[in-house]
Amino acid sequence: MSMEPFLDLSYFPGCSLATSARESNQSLVRACELMGLRLIELEDWNCCGSSSAHSLDPDMAGNLAARNLSLAPRDRPLLTMCPSCFRNLLAGRTHLADHPEQRRAQERTWGREIDPNLEIVSFLDMLHFLDRLRDMGAAPKLETPRRLDGLKVAAYYGCMTMFPPLLSRVSLPFDLLEKQLGKLGAEVIMWSHGHRCCGTFLAAVRPDITTPLVNEIVGRAIQAGADCLVTACAMCQLNLEIRCSLKAKIPTLHFSELMALVLGAEDYEPWFARHLVDPRPLLAEKGLISNRV
Amino acid sequence: MRNSKKGLADGMVGGGIPAAGRTDLNETDRGLAGEVAERSGTEPRRCYACLTCSGGCPFYRAMDYGPHGIMRRVNMGLREEVLASNTIWLCVGCHTCSSVCPMAIDVAAVMDVLRVMALEQGTPVAEPDVLEFHREVLRSIEKYGRTHKLEIMLRLKLHSGSWLQDADLGLKMLAKRKLDLRPSRVRAVHELEKIFKPAWRRSS
Repeated sequence: MSMEPFLDLSYFPGCSLATSARESNQSLVRACELMGLRLIELEDWNCCGSSSAHSLDPDMAGNLAARNLSLAPRDRPLLTMCPSCFRNLLAGRTHLADHPEQRRAQERTWGREIDPNLEIVSFLDMLHFLDRLRDMGAAPKLETPRRLDGLKVAAYYGCMTMFPPLLSRVSLPFDLLEKQLGKLGAEVIMWSHGHRCCGTFLAAVRPDITTPLVNEIVGRAIQAGADCLVTACAMCQLNLEIRCSLKAKIPTLHFSELMALVLGAEDYEPWFARHLVDPRPLLAEKGLISNRV
Repeated sequence: MRNSKKGLADGMVGGGIPAAGRTDLNETDRGLAGEVAERSGTEPRRCYACLTCSGGCPFYRAMDYGPHGIMRRVNMGLREEVLASNTIWLCVGCHTCSSVCPMAIDVAAVMDVLRVMALEQGTPVAEPDVLEFHREVLRSIEKYGRTHKLEIMLRLKLHSGSWLQDADLGLKMLAKRKLDLRPSRVRAVHELEKIFKPAWRRSS
């Protein structure tokens, strides 16, 4: 079933995908394999600094990014799924490209070279790029044994995928998730809260603030008729699950999970079993997974 | 009282400077806006107080001044008020404000700089739990090279003493293996000493 790999990518999972969102990591690796992409995990990567490094100490955020960049081989693009890691790595690379003297200092610190032109790509961007390749006949056509027909999804970006001003340096089409989900057969609903921030780290220290926010987001999705939310951000996914206090909840799926499912992955059971709001009844009802749970 | 401080509800113009407590602009820190501009790479003095940033801010309700109130105070040079505000600590950097600002001010970058300035200056932090969270994350990175969520959460509990809050959620997450007992680590974690410890301390 697996496609012959035609492209190698360095892969930066980040702390969330390595631990609490392991299901996103596993499904991403599977989806990429089914698309003919070989992910080679960045050797001994460190945390990108999340929100905390640049909140307290911008230099620390830059240093953490620099070490990761120093580990990346020159000859292949670096892929990340987590929007926060993506932003931090991109910020680090952009800064070092603009300030060659600081790049040389970082190279001395880590004892490794840093490529100021290293290509850093997010998963969504990658899909867009692959579509173009396929249109040109430069990449093999995708086989999609499953379709998301009849599944009403609310595409949820959160804040990190599109808002950071730094991202204006890379041009991201505005409706990436909707387009991709639509192509997979899903019925993408129109709604208002696709870019509303989930509360990020405030979910850990001020649940009194984040619960109303999360309820508003999930509530609006339900109101608009969604069966589930789909996000490309592991932190959003977790926050929407743990901070929603509505009586009737709907599941929040990682985009990579749906992608892998459509491409024919069969090892999905452990991914969905890890969700705090179980998506299996919904997916079984839509005929996407077998009823045996 | 919180509302009157913000000024939106009272129909006060321009970012909630209370009319009762008049501010003598000769007494304020006129260099503040310039300093913030220099350090953030964005220009707060372009702000004309349209309030769009606060209108979009998801956290506005919990903030004392909101982003527009901070911008206004920065431009007026009210250094102490700005650095002691809870707004700068409740801002999570979602950049909604930056993306809607008609003057293209990166408001979130201003917040970043103000937090750092508050720490440098030793201003009491209005949201100590938020600061403690950030510190725990950095401690975790120093120790393992990556964040260890379970330990971060437990240490925060130790700090706040609120063991019962979210206890059921923690157990649920443990049961679903959403929280790992053992950290994911960087093998060459000694490399990170270079950025966490100054050279003179490293050699001892």
